[in-house]
Order: sequence, then C-alpha cells, then structure tokens
Amino acid sequence: MPESVSNITAQMPRAKLAGLLLFFLGPAVAIYTLFSIYPLVATMALSTYTSDPSGARSFVGLANFKTLLGDALWSKPFWNALGNNLIFFAVHMCVQNPVGIALAGLLSLPGLRLRGFYRTVMFLPTMLSVVIVGFSWNLILSPLWGVAAGALKAVGLGSLFAPWLGLESSALVTLSLISVWQFVGIPMMLIYAALLNIPDELIDAARVDGLGQFRIFFHIKLPLVLPTISLVSVLTFVANFNAFDLIYSVKGALAGPNFATDILGTFFYRTFFGNQLQLGNPTMGSAVATVMFFIILLGLCLYLFFVQRRIRRYAF
Amino acid sequence: MRRTFKAAMGAEVAALALLAGLASAQAGSLKIESWRNDDADIWNSKIIPAFNKHYPDIKIEFAPSAPKEYNAALNARLDGGTAGDLITCRPFDASLALYQKHQLDPVDGLQGMDNFSDVAKAAWQTDDGKTTFCVPIASVIAGFIYNKEAFAKVGLSEPKTLEEFHAALDKLKKDGTYVPLVMGTADQWEAATMGFQNIGPDYWKGETGRANLISGKEKLTDPQYIAAFKEIASWAPYLGSGFQAQTYADSQNLFSLGKGAIYAAGSWDISTFRGQAKFAMGAFPPPQPAGTTDCYISDHTDIAMGVNAASKNKDDAKKFLEWLTTPEFATIYANALPGFFPLAKTPVKVDDDVAATMVGWRQTCKSTIRNSYQILSRGTPNLENELWNVSAQVVNGKLTPEAAGKQLQDGLDKWYKPAK
Repeated sequence: MPESVSNITAQMPRAKLAGLLLFFLGPAVAIYTLFSIYPLVATMALSTYTSDPSGARSFVGLANFKTLLGDALWSKPFWNALGNNLIFFAVHMCVQNPVGIALAGLLSLPGLRLRGFYRTVMFLPTMLSVVIVGFSWNLILSPLWGVAAGALKAVGLGSLFAPWLGLESSALVTLSLISVWQFVGIPMMLIYAALLNIPDELIDAARVDGLGQFRIFFHIKLPLVLPTISLVSVLTFVANFNAFDLIYSVKGALAGPNFATDILGTFFYRTFFGNQLQLGNPTMGSAVATVMFFIILLGLCLYLFFVQRRIRRYAF
Repeated sequence: MRRTFKAAMGAEVAALALLAGLASAQAGSLKIESWRNDDADIWNSKIIPAFNKHYPDIKIEFAPSAPKEYNAALNARLDGGTAGDLITCRPFDASLALYQKHQLDPVDGLQGMDNFSDVAKAAWQTDDGKTTFCVPIASVIAGFIYNKEAFAKVGLSEPKTLEEFHAALDKLKKDGTYVPLVMGTADQWEAATMGFQNIGPDYWKGETGRANLISGKEKLTDPQYIAAFKEIASWAPYLGSGFQAQTYADSQNLFSLGKGAIYAAGSWDISTFRGQAKFAMGAFPPPQPAGTTDCYISDHTDIAMGVNAASKNKDDAKKFLEWLTTPEFATIYANALPGFFPLAKTPVKVDDDVAATMVGWRQTCKSTIRNSYQILSRGTPNLENELWNVSAQVVNGKLTPEAAGKQLQDGLDKWYKPAK
C-alpha cells in the first residue's frame, strides 16, 4: 500500500516542505495577488479619495459612497442601473439557463445524429467577439435593412415588428436576449458534461422500469445535475452583474434611450472614464466599482448559505 | 564552451548596438495622439510628408484611437506616462482639465499663434482667456445636405425659412420615393448635435444666447429654447421608419445610398459622402424661423493640438505645432478633409463644392459654438449628456419640449451658479 501524502509531508524537513509549497503555490499566489487582489484593494482604497482639478487627491473616507447612495443625482441613475441589471439577470435565468438545460438534454439523447455538429454550432456564438454579435444583431433588427422585418412579414406577422432596440419599453429585454443567444452555449456545455457523467446503469434501470426519455430526464437526470445548474446560476449572476461590453457596443456609454439599457457596467464606465463632455471621475468610479463588488459578494454569500449547503451530491 | 561564450558576447554587443540605434531614432521622432482614426490615411500620405519637406529629420507617427475611447485611453496613457508627444485636443473642458493637471504645455509663445482669432482659440483657453494650451486646427459646421436629384424630381428649391422647409418635407413625403429627412435617434447625439444645436442658434441668436445662458440671463426653459425643441419634435413624421433604432452609421448609409432627400448634417460627413454617394449634393443652412432676419450657424471649434508636458522631444513637437499655424497646413487640411474648416485668419480656398458652400455661410451668417460646451457641462448632471438624452426623447415623442427644457434647467440649477 502506498504511503499517504500527509505521512510523506509530515516526515519531510520543514525547509524542504516550505520550498516545495513555494514552488507549487508561489506562482499562482503571486499572479493572483498582482492581477486580482492588488487591483481590488487599490480600487477600494481609491474610492475613499477625491481629486481636485489639478489632479491632487485627498482622503474623504466614505463620502463618495454617501454621495452615490444618498444624493439623488447619483442614486437615481445607480438604482436605475441596478434595476436594469436585475432585469438583465432575470432574463438570463428565465431564458438562457432553461434553454441551455433543454439543449443539453436533447444533445445527450441516445441515438442523436450529428451530435458534434449541433454542439459546435450552438457553442459558436460564445466564441464570437461581442462587437461582432452586437453589430450583427443591430443589422438583423434594423428597421431599415434588417431581415427581421422581412421575415416577420413573410409569415404574416409584419405588424408585430418594431424598432425594438430603439424603444424604451423593449431595448433592455432585446439586448438581454441577444446576450442569451450569445452565451447559451456555456450552460449547455456544462450541463451536457454533467449529464454525460451520469452512469448508464441508472438510465438503463429506469428504462427497465418502463420510463420514457422525458420522465428519465425529469426524474433521474435533472436531479443529478442540479449542483451543476446551481453553479451555472452563480456564474450567470457574476457575469451579468459585470456585464458591460454588449450594451456599450450597441447603445454606447449613454445606454439610451433615456438610460433604459443602463446597467451597472455602463454606469461605472461613464463615471470612471466619462463620456463626451463629462470628464472621467476615477475616485467616484472606484466607489461604483466597489459597490458592484459588494453586490456580487452579497449575491454569492446568499448562494453559499442558502443554496450550496443544501445541495446533495451523489457519488457514483 | 569558450566558443559559445564568445558567441553570446557577440549577440549581446549586437543587441546593445541595436538598442543604441533605437534610442537615436527616438531623438527625432514624434507620436501623435488623435481620435481621428478615419483620417489616418490623410495624415500619413499628405500632412506628415508635407511637414517632412521642411523637416526631413523629424519622424512622425500618427497613432489614433477610436473616437469613443479616445478620452479614456488618452487620460490613462497620460497618467501612465506612455502618451505620445503631440495630443489632439478636444474642445473645452476635456483639454482644460489636462492643462490644469499640467499634462499640456501652454502654446502662447509659439510663432503664428496670432494667426488665430480669440473665438478660434476660446475652446482651448483657460476661463480667463489668458493662456492658450492647444493650436486650433479646425471647426465643423452644421446644416443640411440634400440630394440634388431628389430635389429635382420632386421640384424643390433650397428652403430658406422653416415654413418652406416643412412644405418641402411634406412634398417629399407625399412623393414617397425618398425618406424626406434622414436622422436617427438611436445614438442620441444626432438629435442633439444635428437637430437641436443645428437649428437652434437662429432661435437663441447664436453667441448672444450662449453668453446669456452662461451668465444666467437666459434659462433653458425660455421660449427660444422650447421653440427649438418644438421644431425638432415636428420632424418625427418625416424620418425613416423605425428611426428610434436608426444609428448614425444607418443614417449615413441611408443618405449615401440615395434613399434620403435631406440629411441633417455636420460638415464632417462630407468626406464620407464624397467616397460613397453617386449623386450630386448641395447644402443649405438651417432654415430660419418666422420673424427672424439674421441667420446663425453652428460653427463649432472642434479640433486642436497641444504638446504633452511630459514629452522628451518638445523642441520638435513645437516645430510641428508652429507648422500647424501656417497657411500651407490649412490648405492641405481643408482640401484633404473637406468639411473640417481651418480656423486661421488667412482665408483658404476650398475646392469641394459642398464644403465651399458650407464655409461660405460664414460670410452671410454669424458663427456660434454649441451652447452646452463651454463651462455648462462641468457638473453633475452633465448638460451635454442630458441634452443628448432629452433631444432624442423629444424627437421620439417621449418627452414634451417644455419638459425637456425643464429637465435641462433643473439639472443645471443643481450645480451651476452663474457669476453675478
């Protein structure tokens, strides 16, 4: 029987163990500290400063946060962006993840032909640059030369067409759905991988018991991939609250019309880097970024305490 | 072993020599920061070679960023010490802030600065007008460009008054061949810059109204501003279908493909249209509201160039800036980029007929700059951002002209206290 790892390390001289740890963990810790922890801490530190026209910075404590959440000039756009962000997230949770699960379920059906082709095609948009995605959808939905209007007309639904990207009522949901279209491949792949891990014996046993594919999926497969689904939800949450690029590339930093598509990412960008005549305000921008960080942290904590601990995992 | 050591030594010496060579090349070279990536070709093939005829030893690299990212990218590079030697200056506060942070040097001492009027320099001066920190390059004029074929087909002539303008739009709409007026609101700034700021100066009397806004004698809720909003609100029925989702690029394409009759234009569009449109074009200044006699045009000082205070090669940079003040540069620039009009006092002959028409308005109308640019967009909420937002909403019919004026003035009142 081979010696267990803890025994080996226990017998090792201290210095050698430290050297070994440094060798294996050092690079990751150094890189993570340099590119993740340091910028995070520096951003938080910067959010407690303010700068005057000459560029000199002075410490103001939590004043930036007080302004951000207490002064209507800042809090109104902030809550608007947060509200829009929640809608953006809700659309992803209600559309992207169920569709991803359904696609994964279909892909894992036995006897499916061209499986690799479907998998690749459905994952392809995820690998496209967001600028290309934004540009293509802008063209598809364009009331001037888009195919959307013509396609709807061809099936007799021409009256349903509207310049969705330009209307206050529909712009945000349209953009959310574009983002769903782009990223649906990720939940699909993760869940598909989890589905593949389910032992065939379980499926075979269910089939012997007389279950059809549909019930096998809902009663056997779905419960077994729940941990992956909750992981996907968390990834979606983090990605959505950090989202920025699609909105920026389609609607610009002013996220119109009337800030209907403004999410925390674009609000942060406008604050930090400015827009046209609005000068960038790095200290206030850092405050926005810090608040975004805490929103995501809060979401993750809720998940860890209320969901993660209740998930039952099955060992096969 | 010895041999490889020697070889390594040799390689090192070569590398050092290479480095030294690079360093010496550095001495006479300049890098230009700019947001005009559309013009990179013209800078590289016309402007820089013309400069090099006088100074063959100064190597110049034109290194533009995308317009949307320029301010952010430039600030980051200036703060990080990696910005180029010459900085293309946005008008007013963006550049003023750079000067206040000691990232731009004053240019008052340069030869040829007296070649610019005070109005031309205003966009790149301190509030007291005592220090200038960028050499003015060009301004852009707003107005309307039209498709001459469309006008001939429908039987129209250039409208001089708003009444004639609306009659022409009605006629075009009835005819149905062309989109009467090309403008979209998806990007928001079109409605503000080519809508409100384009037809507005006739209502608020150009510089008079602009100065009165700054001094607090006029408010954006005053009738002249509401009237300008009412005018752009009346455009909606003449715009292309789904104009709420029509981007600026869509508008440019719609007009240059010959599908639109009148295009709410900035003169900077001319170069784009010259490359793409196959039909004859004309231009007319903003039609005048009933009861006005003087005409005003938005002749907006838009582009200038200054020297990075941290540049290692300020002497050469200054030589370049001094060359920018010469008629030689103005002539090249005006003709290579029709629609960007030099600001120097010496008149320049513009060959492009549409550009010549537009710059000709300077003789008959009074010039003014956009009223939201100087001082008034310094606070939060930012007046220019607000103006984009409300102008687009007014055209979309989502906000009444009165509510638009009120929102702008309320926003301004929150932080701006005019000097008494």
